[in-house]
Amino acid sequence: MLKDITLGQFFPGDTIVHRLDPRTKILMVIIYIVALFQAKWFVTYGILLVFLAIAVRFSKVGAKALMRGMKPVLFILIFTGVLNLFYNTAGTILWHWGIFTVTTGGIRVAFFMVIRIMMLISGTFLLTYTTSPILLTDGIECLLGPLKKLRVPVHELAMMMSIALRFIPTLIEETDKIMSAQKARGADFDSGNLIDKAKALIPLLVPLFVSAFRRADELATAMECRCYHGGEGRTRLRQLVYTGKDWITLISGLALLAVVCVLAYGFGL
Amino acid sequence: MSKEIIEIKDVTFRYPDVEKETPLVLNGVTLAIDQGSFVAVLGHNGSGKSTLAKHMNAIYLPEGGTVYVDGISTAEEERLLDIRRTVGMVFQNPDNQIVANVVEEDVAFAPENLGVPSEEIRERVDRTLELVGMSKYAKHAPHLLSGGQKQRIAIAGVIAMEPRCIVLDEPTAMLDPIGREDVLRTITKLNREQGITVVLITHHMDEAALADRLVVMDHGKVIQDGPPREVFQHVEELTRRGLTVPETVGLLHQLRENGVNVPLDALSVEECAEAIYAALR
Repeated sequence: MLKDITLGQFFPGDTIVHRLDPRTKILMVIIYIVALFQAKWFVTYGILLVFLAIAVRFSKVGAKALMRGMKPVLFILIFTGVLNLFYNTAGTILWHWGIFTVTTGGIRVAFFMVIRIMMLISGTFLLTYTTSPILLTDGIECLLGPLKKLRVPVHELAMMMSIALRFIPTLIEETDKIMSAQKARGADFDSGNLIDKAKALIPLLVPLFVSAFRRADELATAMECRCYHGGEGRTRLRQLVYTGKDWITLISGLALLAVVCVLAYGFGL
Repeated sequence: MSKEIIEIKDVTFRYPDVEKETPLVLNGVTLAIDQGSFVAVLGHNGSGKSTLAKHMNAIYLPEGGTVYVDGISTAEEERLLDIRRTVGMVFQNPDNQIVANVVEEDVAFAPENLGVPSEEIRERVDRTLELVGMSKYAKHAPHLLSGGQKQRIAIAGVIAMEPRCIVLDEPTAMLDPIGREDVLRTITKLNREQGITVVLITHHMDEAALADRLVVMDHGKVIQDGPPREVFQHVEELTRRGLTVPETVGLLHQLRENGVNVPLDALSVEECAEAIYAALR
């Protein structure tokens, strides 16, 4: 039952989007998000939507998979939409009832806000769909590299992140086992109100934590046995290399941002 | 280069304790392990065999006595990396030894730590995976593999460091019979074909029978040391210490007790059958 939890799901593939350097993809997502927040009207949103569509097309991820990612945030989407609809009172009043007022401005803001969030999620999902967790951490480690000078433990953070990702399936499996074991002893995880249910989790969480600590201890010893001594003097099996297509992608990304800014601020489009 | 890869001299050890009242886990162990040999260390729980293993690459430092790895005392902190790259260690639970979420990345972990250039890491990873028979799983996620496969990945992860000796602390304890078989075959192959010294910590008699030399421990002391055939002759003493002997030896021993004149040093089923056949003729 816990097996279908997906976190930072990755669809393996060999498309041009998959092959891009993870650093390029992370930077592109940042540029895209910044541009998205500058967009004002159909024209600018349209340009970004075309850009997103091209990226999705090349990645062969499929719109269906992206839409599935939208499901957990459906509530936030509706909530934001409704809130913006009533909160904004600019423009002509279309409908009025009690404290509720719907104006043209409200509809406009709500509409664009929902579109913005959907595009934001699709963009970031495209990143995790097309980049393996390892490459993603490698990319983040590399991009944050300059912070090492400020004594930020960048390598350690990246290592922790990749170990956490590595142990998610192991711990999920373990949770399943403990749950079955406790059920066999008469534990009840499903009935009662919220407080009862929370209390029922204690016999699940305590053994899980104990075992996680034990695992951490053993893993640390095993890592030391394999000569792990921090990031100093470490080499990588897979070196990240910046190629021509990465530069082209990045430059076109920056151009896109510039165009969106000019259109939004210069012409209010 | 000395002939002994690991030299343990009169080592005592107890788990950290201020009053020093806990009993000694190792009580004067002296043992030398020859380069290229296959040594099994046998003992039941609490005999100190795992503790001894952890002395072999400086995870624990002895309270008294010294451990030398390739002539370097494990107490020399600045030589720690040299010690650890000479003697690799494989533990019981494969899940807790695998660091990365792709098989080849995990095998690459140790050479990465040692600062080996990328192209050479690639080479080492391919070669080691070939060696443990896991090449076709190079891109797999380790959590989807079986226990035996995971343990072979863990062994590959250590071998990629190119150690001259590997110490395996009950590597088959959590595996099913098939996984166990695969792991033991891999270990034997590494020893015979690659000339890597193997120290196998175990409490399975049949695993111990694979070794060239068998060291039996009890209460922190070495009580028997010799080729498995010789060690298993001491059936009474081993049984008294709570250890069993391989079924073949057990059978021959019983026959002997009952007046049939058979030798005790038959380890494989075939040898055992031969011995009985010869006695009955």
